Amino acid sequence: MPLNRRLTVPLAALVAGSAMASQAAAAEELNVYSARHYDSDEALYAAFTEQTGVEVNVLEGDSDQLIQRLKLEGEASPADVMITVDAGRLWRGEQEDIFASVDSEVLDERLPDYMRHPEGKWFGFSQRVRAIFIDPTEVDADEITSYEDLADPKFEGQVCIRSSNNIYNQSLLASLIAHHGEEEAEAWAKGVVDNFARDPEGGDTDQIRGVASGECNIALANHYYYVRLVNSDQEADREAAEKVEIVFPNQDGRGAHVNVGGAGMVKGAPNEENAVRFLEFLASDEAQALFATGNYEFPAVESAETDGVIASWGDFKKDDLNVSVLGENNPEAIRIFDRVGWR
Amino acid sequence: MTSPASSRAPSRLSLPFNVWNALTLGIALIVALPVIVVLAHLFMPTEGIWQHLGSTVLPRYLVNTLFLVVTVGLGTFVIGTGTAWLVVMCRFPGRRLFEWGLLLPLAVPTYVIAYAYTDFLQFAGPVQTWLRESLGWSAGDYVFPDIRSLWGAATLITLVLYPYVYMLARAAFLEQSVCVLDVGRTLGRGPWRLFTSVALPLARPAIVGGVSLALMETLNEFGAVQYFGVDTFTTGIYRTWFGMGEQVAAAQLAACLLAFVIALVLLERASRGKRRYFHTTGRYQHLPEFALHGWRAWAATLACLAPVLLGFLIPSGLLGYLSVQGGDALFGSAFLGFAGNSLLLASLAAVVAVSLALLLSYGARLHPGKVTRVATRVAAMGYAVPGSVVAVGILIPFVWMDHQINDFMKGQFGVVVGLLLSGSAFILVYAYLVRFLAVSFNAIEASLGKVTPSMDAASRTLGQTAGGTLRKVHTPIMRGSLIAAGILVFVDVMKELPATVILRPFNFDTLAIRAHSLAADERLAEASTSSLAIVAVGILPVILLSIAMRRSRPGSR
Repeated sequence: MPLNRRLTVPLAALVAGSAMASQAAAAEELNVYSARHYDSDEALYAAFTEQTGVEVNVLEGDSDQLIQRLKLEGEASPADVMITVDAGRLWRGEQEDIFASVDSEVLDERLPDYMRHPEGKWFGFSQRVRAIFIDPTEVDADEITSYEDLADPKFEGQVCIRSSNNIYNQSLLASLIAHHGEEEAEAWAKGVVDNFARDPEGGDTDQIRGVASGECNIALANHYYYVRLVNSDQEADREAAEKVEIVFPNQDGRGAHVNVGGAGMVKGAPNEENAVRFLEFLASDEAQALFATGNYEFPAVESAETDGVIASWGDFKKDDLNVSVLGENNPEAIRIFDRVGWR
Repeated sequence: MTSPASSRAPSRLSLPFNVWNALTLGIALIVALPVIVVLAHLFMPTEGIWQHLGSTVLPRYLVNTLFLVVTVGLGTFVIGTGTAWLVVMCRFPGRRLFEWGLLLPLAVPTYVIAYAYTDFLQFAGPVQTWLRESLGWSAGDYVFPDIRSLWGAATLITLVLYPYVYMLARAAFLEQSVCVLDVGRTLGRGPWRLFTSVALPLARPAIVGGVSLALMETLNEFGAVQYFGVDTFTTGIYRTWFGMGEQVAAAQLAACLLAFVIALVLLERASRGKRRYFHTTGRYQHLPEFALHGWRAWAATLACLAPVLLGFLIPSGLLGYLSVQGGDALFGSAFLGFAGNSLLLASLAAVVAVSLALLLSYGARLHPGKVTRVATRVAAMGYAVPGSVVAVGILIPFVWMDHQINDFMKGQFGVVVGLLLSGSAFILVYAYLVRFLAVSFNAIEASLGKVTPSMDAASRTLGQTAGGTLRKVHTPIMRGSLIAAGILVFVDVMKELPATVILRPFNFDTLAIRAHSLAADERLAEASTSSLAIVAVGILPVILLSIAMRRSRPGSR
């Protein structure tokens, strides 16, 4: 009898224990698929863990590939939250039906309407502006005030811009398709190609450096690459930033093209509760400040603390085009790029 | 042609004689599965996408890809074979150093050399800025070759891929019997003719193996060409698949790429005809060397120095400078984690790939039927398929199996076990196998091809089984090539990026991933630390390899 008990008790405890252990582990975990590659994200996850005790597991990758993987994994996917850096990708994720609806008062209250999917499939947490950069000694800021001006023949041989493989260019063209129609958008793309100072190469920072070094007079890049140069600890970077001037396009019209970095809860998320907590955390002042000071993005919550450079720009007009249009027009944008020879 | 060994030797295996056949086919099938999945897309319909591609970008993809194939093919052949011959057969200053030094560019991934040179040579980079400042030029006043171009890509790719040819060609020259060369000499051949009419044809399978590795690597090269904005078939596949969301059309593009590779391989086989190259004698002695003097000696030194300098010393110097200036903020314990993961994956994949390649090539040797030949070719084809396409080709069947397991477990025990197969590091090793089996297979097949069949016959006559012959006769003879094959896979895995990005499990980052995500975020200076680490980790095995290759030559101390 004692022998029997000695055996069964630990055995039962072992079974129950292992069951509970796996339960407990599951409750204290959050699995994130992220298309962001910024080191400041580490601070974001660490802050969440500290606040909630939930361990964050991260898998970073390219948005489209992560969506592809989620689609294949389906219900068995370990992912709870998917983070991307582009509205077109949020839209594609929604199209592929990878997101579940989240109903959260916190998110509804803190985020402006245009930063939320109507059914809570995804939420935007930061914004980036596709800005024009000029060499003020060569180009007058009055001469170039809009994206449309980039295609003006008077700037022939002066424009630096990256490859059309890049999602930021694809989303910009998608917005032009929405505003002007396909034909005019194609004519614009053709005009920009005719104005190239050189074939598209490098990333956004390289375009800004192109202006600083005199290779071209006008460049197009996301704003935070510029702020990074301004705040860099390398002297050469700061010098380059001093030589260029930022122009927020289309201030007299629809406003500057804005893209959204956002996240949504994955359908069939094993840690649903933690996923919602995480999304709500991303809208908190603490997380919003990390977006703004870590990677110099515009926070979605206006009360959040921002970086000095960004604060100095003050308010400017943003294109309030519904971001899902960017996704819808994306395939057409790529076709236009192919047709006009924008490689 | 039936193998004399299998039909005549008394088999001591209780299994049926075609166990090798089954093994070969089994391995080939498992490794070829993702490629077959991708090929299956060929028969699915697409809506108008081909028309769009054909009328816009496809011609450019084709022209650029062909250009790269031709230039890299020629470049790697000339540099690889030439330096290998010099190092094996000639005496000149620095030769001992070059023996292993010439392998060093192998440790540099194409995307890393692209990062390094771009930063250095671009318009806003130090060289051009210095030129402008010291000579008072400004933009448009001068012509400077643009590194981010088709030519730039071809040059840089050649510089880091020629070691494939060098390595296999050198191994082949070292394995060549001195008798053949002596016969050549007796018949009045000078050093040059000896090279072109005796050594080169004898080394042909190895050289072709090396060049085709370099070419396949070129065909699915992604990091550098994308960074340079050069459109090739591979970037086109990515764009069509992940940008336009046209999975079927993208897979069909990949299938075209494969067809191209198959055509290349068949062409080479056809031109080789029925000729086969075997060593007929086991007599080895120290190879006679041509001592070079005067300008010849210096020319040889320069010829060997140039590729090492351009392909390794300069780029790692540039990276070293960058990382001292503003290196990776995570350098430290997190960094050791990345390196550990890289090492673990690379060693595991190398061991598995070499073992399977050995079994495959030996199986094909025992039963050289059409079926085995096709099977081994298909198994080695993954090398020509871009990494991310392989990854999706793997995910489709594996996730399906995971779903079956989950459904079963749920039905039987009510638990969801998650993604057992596709969610673990196991799938990565499998992916590397699919991608890189060709690397080890080519090296081992070339080496095995040079062991004369009379060895098999003798061994089997003396009572050895097929497996015993492999273990006791072939493996010792081929030791050098086996190690070479393993190192090639190891270094390739260290450098691999696209498949790793898609397939890796949570919190599992490698050096290549770290370098890539920093570079993708346009922080080259910070990416330089992990880039340099990939190179550093790759150097040691490369040097070990060189030593092993020296020792492996029968007759040498």
